[in-house]
Amino acid sequence: MIRISAPDTATAGEIIELKAMIQHPMETGYRRDSKGETIPRNIIKQFRCTYDGNIIFEGEFFPGIAANPFLTFHARATRTAMIEFSWTDQHGERWSEERLLTVS
Amino acid sequence: MQTGHKKQTRQLLTRRAILASTAAVAVGSFLAPAAFATPEDADQAIRELFGDRPINEGRVTVTLPPIAENGNSVPVGVTVTSPMSEDDYVKQIVILSPRNPIATIARFQLGPHAGRADISTRVRMAGTQTLRVVAEMSDGTLWSGTGSTYVTLAACIIG
Repeated sequence: MIRISAPDTATAGEIIELKAMIQHPMETGYRRDSKGETIPRNIIKQFRCTYDGNIIFEGEFFPGIAANPFLTFHARATRTAMIEFSWTDQHGERWSEERLLTVS
Repeated sequence: MQTGHKKQTRQLLTRRAILASTAAVAVGSFLAPAAFATPEDADQAIRELFGDRPINEGRVTVTLPPIAENGNSVPVGVTVTSPMSEDDYVKQIVILSPRNPIATIARFQLGPHAGRADISTRVRMAGTQTLRVVAEMSDGTLWSGTGSTYVTLAACIIG
């Protein structure tokens, strides 16, 4: 499950706030289950946000990022274009979501 | 009355004993697979990322709650003073812990398109500590700031 908070419209030059959250256990690899066996690490390694073909924000995650990684960052609105949010886990699986930003 | 009071005392002691033993097991199982990092590990991580370049104090503001009840999810905000223009912007922000099993918590890449160097996320903290944040500017200079929080329940221990 992905949750995005992004404005639908903005004026050119305006700085907008973007929020992105994905449901993921971010298993550290340091915990043990009830049988005492180590629960293998399972984390999202990378987050990327692109807007109008430019990478505006990227994150590399380590096990120190909490479960259900949540990010807030900013972007400068330039013209009407898609904002794409994508996450890639340690196995290469990728999830993404898009939002259209209309700039007037 | 007398018997009732005795019974209550015994129950309390048992509860206390159970709590203490559970805590001991939990701490033991966490320490076994991974030792805590030390402030030297955070310094080492900074050296691996940025070499021996000088790090200036300032321009980086780290926002943390004074007390974090749950070390598994602590909100952290980072603001870097920068015009975020085409020729003067924040290139990278790294969040480091002197106490977690891995010193590096996250690395963020920004650019002039971000407009504002103001980010936030949620991190795990294995105990009370001072997080260190290093920002790399487009001109190659490094700036750092710190933020502390008192963690009542450390991450990993409570799973």
